[in-house]
Amino acid sequence: MSGHESTYVPKTGIEKWLDTRLPIVRFGADYLALPTPKNLNYWYTFGAILSICLVTQIATGIFLAMHYQPNTAMAFASVERIMRDVNGGWLIRYVHANGASMFFVAVYIHMLRGLYYGSYKAPREMIWILGCIIFFLMIATAFLGYVLPWGQMSYWGAEVITNLIGAIPLIGEPVLIWLRGGPAIDNATLNRFFSLHYLLPFVIFGVVVLHLWALHTAGQNNPVGILIPKEREKKDMVPFHPYYTVKDGFALIIFLMMFAWFVFFMPNALGHADNYIPANPLQTPAHIVPEWYMLPFYAILRAVPDKFGGVVAMFGAIGVLFILPWLDTSKVRSMRYRPTMKIFFLIFVAVGLILGWCGGQLPDAQVVPGMPSFTLLDGQLNSYLWLTRLATLYYFAFFFVILPYVGLKETPLKIPASISEPVLSGPDAMSGAVPAQAEKKG
Amino acid sequence: MAESVVNAEHPEGGAPEGEATRRDFIHIAAGAAAVGAGVMVAWPLINSMNPAADTLALSTTEFDTSKVAEGMQVVITWQGKPVFVRNRTAAELQKVLADPMSSLKDPQSDQDRTKPGHEPMLVVLGNCTHLGCIPTFGAGDYGGWFCPCHGSHYDASGRIRKGPAPKNLVVPEYAFTAGSTIKIG
Repeated sequence: MSGHESTYVPKTGIEKWLDTRLPIVRFGADYLALPTPKNLNYWYTFGAILSICLVTQIATGIFLAMHYQPNTAMAFASVERIMRDVNGGWLIRYVHANGASMFFVAVYIHMLRGLYYGSYKAPREMIWILGCIIFFLMIATAFLGYVLPWGQMSYWGAEVITNLIGAIPLIGEPVLIWLRGGPAIDNATLNRFFSLHYLLPFVIFGVVVLHLWALHTAGQNNPVGILIPKEREKKDMVPFHPYYTVKDGFALIIFLMMFAWFVFFMPNALGHADNYIPANPLQTPAHIVPEWYMLPFYAILRAVPDKFGGVVAMFGAIGVLFILPWLDTSKVRSMRYRPTMKIFFLIFVAVGLILGWCGGQLPDAQVVPGMPSFTLLDGQLNSYLWLTRLATLYYFAFFFVILPYVGLKETPLKIPASISEPVLSGPDAMSGAVPAQAEKKG
Repeated sequence: MAESVVNAEHPEGGAPEGEATRRDFIHIAAGAAAVGAGVMVAWPLINSMNPAADTLALSTTEFDTSKVAEGMQVVITWQGKPVFVRNRTAAELQKVLADPMSSLKDPQSDQDRTKPGHEPMLVVLGNCTHLGCIPTFGAGDYGGWFCPCHGSHYDASGRIRKGPAPKNLVVPEYAFTAGSTIKIG
């Protein structure tokens, strides 16, 4: 799987027997010995954190499924039973529910890191595309899972999101009925959502394997964003174990502390209170909002005054990520050496946060209360509607205008010849005490 | 198809160049059979997700509209969906009849949305045509309904007047069966 030559030598008899039949120990050993750039910073640790998130969600989910009832008459009560009667059920459910939020925190940081250091550029387009597929599957899985407790937000979230399909011209209505399994969201819908919510994480797991395969074939990027020449591999790379297992392990502990803080001290902070009301098909909540990690895309959906246009914009906001490797025209990978692009990137991060904020507000509410405003087209300028539109405009401009244009026009800083150069003085100041020792151990 | 390629690579393959061979026929026939078989396997699986017979069986609902007082609405369920049955006042009715069609986003006259002889009684599906929320009765700028989710305003005929919803509130198939009783579906 990995691009480097195997250094594994089977020692015991059983290892030798196994190695010619199923080289699974070799596979693990090679994984741990994988040469990894030695300048990876903590932004790179979220890959490892994400794998733990996925395992946590699958493990807790399997146990929740043993107690959950995918039936409209029993779903809500079965979740409350998990919370009250099932041994440790409250813990498993809170870990699962907050785990989803943690998963998205980590994946957004992971994606922004990839964006900043140009990890999507040749030869790593496939890693990026597989990552986008994982992200899309994560959104689908999270949505399906959110529906299962059959609370008010669950029900109406399902209503709103499945209705998006109905916006497709001509085939929308029949597809919508097919998707719901009836004229309205009902038992058939809940049953299939449960089935798919159980299935998709294993699909994600499969794509994660492909993601890592592509990563180990093309080699890891690094904060400097340069390819490590073959002759410098011995100097610029360290084996994954123990160097990154220890580093990732430390980061994981910090991450799990934050995770535990949410689970034990504020388990409902990231959810919505309305989901503790059983689903009522005859009453809409005053304000339907998705989970926080979907808010930016929800805001983009609302920004467009046309139903189908809004759906296209929302899916386009995710879809544009797939073609990102071909939108960026710069030859320099890391934004460390792209001073102009770095500013646009920081604005992009801010815009993402603004979109998330707007997604949680009523569109007609004033952004700055009391500030005089005027009507522009179909809304007040001083409203979340218009703030969302401006942010949406920047979101798409970033990909379709800024990335292609700035890449051609900006003058990047001088790129170092090696990943050691920015840290030590001169490209070959490599015989310094610390790296040399590391090299001997590796 | 591939016949020319096959022959170019295997000139000894029998048929003169450019002519289809029996092997080409077998390839195409086998490929077509495999695709057909794939569709036949996939279809029952996909079709199983369509509404089941017992779901479709619940397709009609009866309701006595005389229970709805003038100026009020009653929400009933039909096929799991809310249905607004609204008994409009004379003033409301006059207003929606007077609205010029040119001012509508989805032009439809009020007569087209009610049954003759029962003009004050409006029967519409209670889901906003934007994303399916249930609009609030008696709110909004046009005296009909207002959807709080994304700000769609409907008039007292359930027609979209302002906001992101693309269509008027849907009038389901229904008929007055006996006097004031309606059968929906």
